[in-house]
Amino acid sequence: MGHRTALHGRHREAGARLVDFAGWEMPIQYRSQIEEHHAVRRAAGAFDVSHMGVVDIEGERATDCLRYLLANDVGRLEADGRALYTCLLNEQGGVLDDLIVYRRDPQRYRTVVNAATREKDLAWMRRHAEAFGVSVRYRDDLAMIAVQGPEARERAGPALPMAVAEPAAALRPFTAAEGGGWFVSRTGYTGEDGYEVILPADDAVAFWDALMSAGVAPCGLGARDTLRLEAGLNLYGQDMDETVTPLESNLGWTVAFEPAERDFIGRDALERQREAGVARKLVGLVLEGRGVLRAHQTVSDGEHAGELTSGSFAPTLGQSIGLARVPQGFGERCEVSIRGRALPARVVRPPFVRHGRPRIG
Amino acid sequence: MSEVPSELRYTRTHEWVRDEGDGTVTVGITDHAQSSLGDLVFVELPEGGGMLEAGAACAVVESVKAASDIYAPLDGEMVGANERLADEPELINSDPYGEGWIFRLRVSDEGALDELLDADGYQEVLEAEE
Repeated sequence: MGHRTALHGRHREAGARLVDFAGWEMPIQYRSQIEEHHAVRRAAGAFDVSHMGVVDIEGERATDCLRYLLANDVGRLEADGRALYTCLLNEQGGVLDDLIVYRRDPQRYRTVVNAATREKDLAWMRRHAEAFGVSVRYRDDLAMIAVQGPEARERAGPALPMAVAEPAAALRPFTAAEGGGWFVSRTGYTGEDGYEVILPADDAVAFWDALMSAGVAPCGLGARDTLRLEAGLNLYGQDMDETVTPLESNLGWTVAFEPAERDFIGRDALERQREAGVARKLVGLVLEGRGVLRAHQTVSDGEHAGELTSGSFAPTLGQSIGLARVPQGFGERCEVSIRGRALPARVVRPPFVRHGRPRIG
Repeated sequence: MSEVPSELRYTRTHEWVRDEGDGTVTVGITDHAQSSLGDLVFVELPEGGGMLEAGAACAVVESVKAASDIYAPLDGEMVGANERLADEPELINSDPYGEGWIFRLRVSDEGALDELLDADGYQEVLEAEE
């Protein structure tokens, strides 16, 4: 039997379909995945994301440690409560994971890592943290609920405890506030406004119930995937992994090469790649006709070939979209091989949808 | 609980088959199948006129999650497909045994229909899967 989150009973009662997700028994959908998707684009939806790993990194040299461990520079976090998206790289510049890191104070940081990579991340972080005398602590006492959508903050606000409600209401995007053991950030993985709430596992059911009473739709990981794909956000294990670098994964913007004197794991490899020229890139695809793009389908512009890393039907657009890794110089039009047929597709720049609106012509 | 109408025949791969009494059968996927697949967003319909063998993949339904083959339940000739599904694949979700039918076959051997599962037999397949 897989790990269960504090909300497992609620998911069962709601009739959610539960699937194994990196060893966790998680809801893939409650009723209709497409309706859940629309609920987030149009109003508000809640996701149990307690399977994601909350990891606290603390110690006098925590900043130095993370400036070495992460490709983005936590030195850019100029105030407590600020957040940064970054990759955790190996020495070859391959992506071990992508994560968000929050500065709580200059000696205390919180990261949220993927469920499937948690053990690997922890081992890697601990191995390198030792030299800095920094502690790496996995917080299995916490739950995590994402509330996303144009009405998410308004509906979730009254459900937050007093200690954190007021600072949460004042949050700007990519910042976090904490109080009473709750940690609320204005971040997400859907292309919509909203909160990601990290809270004591014992409080999870009451918070979830309050969200449901406020008219927030329960949403499964199925809808989370179509929402993130429309938002043009990479999924670890599909759109990137240890065999590719951030520069090949549309994530060059998350690598802080400046200041030049900062040494970080993978830096040398990325600099060599940058000098030699990055051979591949990740692009967005829109299928022109009927059909559904899926990971691993091959794509060709007649001259160059590539491969879909993610693909799905996009409910907001009513057509199929995907991400594909292709060589530099790949054309603007291409064909995707779907069950032996070559179907025309257009290369676009993600995101496909942002704040509920289509971003592709 | 999934609906399993008693007047239909079934395959282990979750197609239902209705005898039209004129040498043809109508084929779709069961309530259980549509519910397991989730929201359907695309149906690749079979071409008419082809001869099919029982068990041959002849159509594809795609949900948000994945693509699934639909198999011919019996030997026969493809004589029609539900063109409405091209624009409204969700008919399979909303009415799997009615407006969500997928194709029609002129069967080579009408006796073979009796070899398919009846409702009780299919119900047992579902129970075994759980």
